[in-house]
Amino acid sequence: MSLKNIFAQLNIFSQCKQYHLPLWQCPQFLFVVMGLMICFISIGTFTIGTRLVNDPAIVALIVLFTSALFIVIAFLIINSFERLAEANRMKSEFVGIVSHQLRSPLSNLNWALDALMSGKLGLAKEKQIEYLTILRQNTNRMKELISDLIIVSRIQNATLPIKKEMFSLEKEVKTLMDRFQPFADASNVKLEIHSEKQVPLVFGDIKQIKQVIENLLDNAIRYTKGKGTIKIEIKKHGKNVRCEVADNGVGIPKSDQKFIFQKFFRSKNVLRHETQGSGLGLFIAKSIIERSGGKIGFNSTEGKGTVFWFTLPIKS
Amino acid sequence: MKKILFIEDESALQKALGDVLSQEGYKMISALDGKIGMRLAKTENPDLILLDLILPRMLGLDVLKSLKKDSETKWIPVIVLTNREDLEMIEQAMTLGASSYLIKANYSLEELLKKIKQKFQEE
Repeated sequence: MSLKNIFAQLNIFSQCKQYHLPLWQCPQFLFVVMGLMICFISIGTFTIGTRLVNDPAIVALIVLFTSALFIVIAFLIINSFERLAEANRMKSEFVGIVSHQLRSPLSNLNWALDALMSGKLGLAKEKQIEYLTILRQNTNRMKELISDLIIVSRIQNATLPIKKEMFSLEKEVKTLMDRFQPFADASNVKLEIHSEKQVPLVFGDIKQIKQVIENLLDNAIRYTKGKGTIKIEIKKHGKNVRCEVADNGVGIPKSDQKFIFQKFFRSKNVLRHETQGSGLGLFIAKSIIERSGGKIGFNSTEGKGTVFWFTLPIKS
Repeated sequence: MKKILFIEDESALQKALGDVLSQEGYKMISALDGKIGMRLAKTENPDLILLDLILPRMLGLDVLKSLKKDSETKWIPVIVLTNREDLEMIEQAMTLGASSYLIKANYSLEELLKKIKQKFQEE
């Protein structure tokens, strides 16, 4: 092993980076902390031992035994942490690789469907178009899921690029509302927007923030069953702009609320209403908003509705 | 008739794009690996190259580098068409001289066709 490699092994920060974990969860950092603790414990045992026991040989034995015991305990703890961190890293890598690999057959399917549905290769019969449309809807679902998995993998590996610029949140929300209007109409849901006059521009990655709004709007429409109204409010809030998406839908049960931003989590009552969904949308939304320097949260009552809100900074 | 060289190892994609391009009045030449792609770029003199990055025998970025070094092929616009979305790869491809970097899974044939037409209009 070269000197460079030895130094690289000793560099806790670069070792911790590979796990994409905060320092206090990183096995190498914990190893150093445990080492320091063992030193203090040994010194403490020695100090107390010399006061209580007269024979220096017995004191030495007690110190030796205590230190050895703590070294074994520390080794076991660190080893378990390292295994967990490694498993977590491999899981993220696996998700990333599989999602990329799934894109190739999906492109084949999509392009073949495009060619068949374009009418350029001859017109399909009505019944055939029905089935081709089913195939198209399902490849689109797969595409969205793969895209979400790739984003999650990038968030966890800290490789999701962020391109911040000033933009009007109100304008983007209105554009997305127009896009969601047919879905809202089909679900018998009314979309309303209330915005303060002259809301300042916000600073963030437009593409990513649009994805957050899309996720919130999609959830709000999806889980507002029957006649409902979704009210979107945009206003200045201190040094931020605050956007609220309020629905009168199924709401989130109290027991599920603490898990709502966890990835793959889907509330029990939501599963009764809508089986589709990956449980990644809100995890992605939270990660994006927090990376943009904002905050995200919600208030919800089961059976009455939910208000999701997020803030974005005004200035860079 | 404009000639488009599609360097892509997935024959299903070659077929789908080939059928649609021929309907639109373009001639598509297929290469299923990087080396054949390089050879066809020189002998067929295409007006546009669509290049995948993960290719057998010669990787897409190496093909792009060789194309841009060669005086016969350096003027041919190259659109990278791949499913790899790594920032590093995008930067490398653009630095090497790719005109655009498109993610296959995010583009329908219709959208790709629009991009191709747009590219020819730019010239």
